[in-house]
Amino acid sequence: MRKFFEKIIEFILTISGATTSIVILLIVVFLFKEGSGFFTHPEIENGYALCVNAGNPVNRLTPFQIKEIFDYEIEDWQAVGGNEAEIVPFRFDEIFSRYSDEELGEEYEFLPEKLGEVIRETPGIVAFLPMQYIPKDQPGVKMLPGENLHPADFFGGKEWLPTTTPAPQFGLLPLLLGTLWVAFFAILIALPLGLGVAIYLSELAGERMRNILKPTIELLAGIPSVIYGFFGLVVIVPFIQKTLNLPVGETAFAGSLILAIMALPTIITVAEDAMRNTPSTLREASLGLGANHWQTICRVVIPYSMSGISAAVILGIGRVVGETMAVLMVTGNAAVMPHSLFEPIRTIPATIAAELGEAPTGGAHYQALFLLGCILFLITMLVSISAEWISKKQAHKKGF
Amino acid sequence: MKQLIWIAALLIAGATTLQAQKIKGSDTCLPLSQKEAENYMKANPTQTLTVSGGGSGVGISALIEGTTDIAQSSRKIKFEEKQKIQESGKTVKEVIIAYDALAIIVNPENKVTNLTREQLEGIFTGKITNWKEVGGADLKIIPYSRETSSGTYEFFKEHVLKNKNYKNGIMSMPATGAIVQSVSQTKGAIGYVGLAYLNKEVKAIHVSYDKGKTYVAPSVKTAKDGTYPVVRALYYYYVTKSEKLVRPFIDYILSKEGQKTVEEIGFITIDK
Repeated sequence: MRKFFEKIIEFILTISGATTSIVILLIVVFLFKEGSGFFTHPEIENGYALCVNAGNPVNRLTPFQIKEIFDYEIEDWQAVGGNEAEIVPFRFDEIFSRYSDEELGEEYEFLPEKLGEVIRETPGIVAFLPMQYIPKDQPGVKMLPGENLHPADFFGGKEWLPTTTPAPQFGLLPLLLGTLWVAFFAILIALPLGLGVAIYLSELAGERMRNILKPTIELLAGIPSVIYGFFGLVVIVPFIQKTLNLPVGETAFAGSLILAIMALPTIITVAEDAMRNTPSTLREASLGLGANHWQTICRVVIPYSMSGISAAVILGIGRVVGETMAVLMVTGNAAVMPHSLFEPIRTIPATIAAELGEAPTGGAHYQALFLLGCILFLITMLVSISAEWISKKQAHKKGF
Repeated sequence: MKQLIWIAALLIAGATTLQAQKIKGSDTCLPLSQKEAENYMKANPTQTLTVSGGGSGVGISALIEGTTDIAQSSRKIKFEEKQKIQESGKTVKEVIIAYDALAIIVNPENKVTNLTREQLEGIFTGKITNWKEVGGADLKIIPYSRETSSGTYEFFKEHVLKNKNYKNGIMSMPATGAIVQSVSQTKGAIGYVGLAYLNKEVKAIHVSYDKGKTYVAPSVKTAKDGTYPVVRALYYYYVTKSEKLVRPFIDYILSKEGQKTVEEIGFITIDK
């Protein structure tokens, strides 16, 4: 009977292990499936197309050119490879101010005809129209062939304006660099502090101090990240702004500072555990050879626990890169290429959190966010793999 | 034990026969819908309504998937979304339930009170970068915007920026409350928020849409009489199939009593 029960429990444990792995695998597959769908979307908003006058030699406009044209930044066809003529951007809605509803017909049946008229009469026009009203077969109208989104535009793009019409801008670079930028400086701040605390806790602190400090630090890890974000927005941001006399307090620096605080518990706990695992025989041998306390820490304890310390740093990076709420609240979320620590930036997790709620399901924007998720996943996977690799390598060196 | 099972069965049966209406979408509309639903359920105890937020896009995609009965939205339904609903063989209906005025806010220490639409466009598209260009102190302008996909962001872009893009790398905040907070503590800041969010820590700009002839301060009164120009509609969307189910509630919102709640929450009634 007892054996039977044991068998059942064994079975349940196997099943739960298997389901967990399968669920994780499914999530990853789902993420990449959605993300890879991004490049099947047209460059121009779905259901729309651009039309120009048939006399216009231009056959292709890149998404960036389209955006600049409709922002009135590029005003001459010459700049995009055409004849010298002024560009006249035309949005669909403008047709309603040119013609009355009667002229367009009850069911808008005359709408394509009128649009054709407008395009024929304006040589410099570029019209942004819904597919169903496009005057395809009329003379004097040329529809620009829509291409799908290019990986080069995504991976090399420097602008993130995902809801822009006619052509949304999906540029990964500012977001990716923003994420790495904040993470790098967060680690730079957290590392010396974290290691210092870890050394103090494992080597110098008395038992009583340790019993107070350790739970306190572990408590830090349990504080929800929104709270950190809130604290950052209300306390750190104005503080940075005032003390450094900046025009704006929501900066990469504020983000790094908050993230450093958030990464500290991870770094401290893991590094301290590694240091405490140094066998007492090693310690005693070092002291026995005449090395003092400080020399023992520097020459014996730290080298011995190097793999654990590296793991702590890498786990800290992992925590920092994926952090969402806190950075969302304090970094200002401006999608610019980072070039200073005291400017707002935007990170990948913040972008996903802020935009997924309002992106139309299945659209290019939606799948672009999934693609960002894939990239974030790859970064954190790389981080975990290198943590594993480093600790293995160190273990070999020591001959275990 | 038997009784308990009976009660449970009854409860389950009761829950399924009672037709619960689901309302989902824009966070701007959320407080309004919640209050309206509360009052409506008080008046009609047999009805149950569940209201949730998530954003205009979430609401409309839930409507497409059929997981909500009403989608609340602070922007007009997009062409693409409308097409998707039509593809699934349904027709979508639109109702305007209230209006919301957007106030342009600056730090109280800022001396500038009047701005024209053209100046606002310049500021938010990055053409005007210093307050002295619009009659203020020599101070860098820090424009704050909402997140790219919020309905408020879209509306402001269409209405004030005339469809031009915001300047590259504008500060974008996850919530209206965060904009108020940031503007109140940043001297050169400018942002836009719903009228209901105005408080003493920020200063509302008087806006002119006629190139500087008249400047109007945002308030419920000026928005209602049409003199304040930056006003947007709040929408409910539903599919014709569920008209019978949702119409009584929508009619309630449009009624005098419902519109009273609209005013209490800080929005503008539809009879403006």
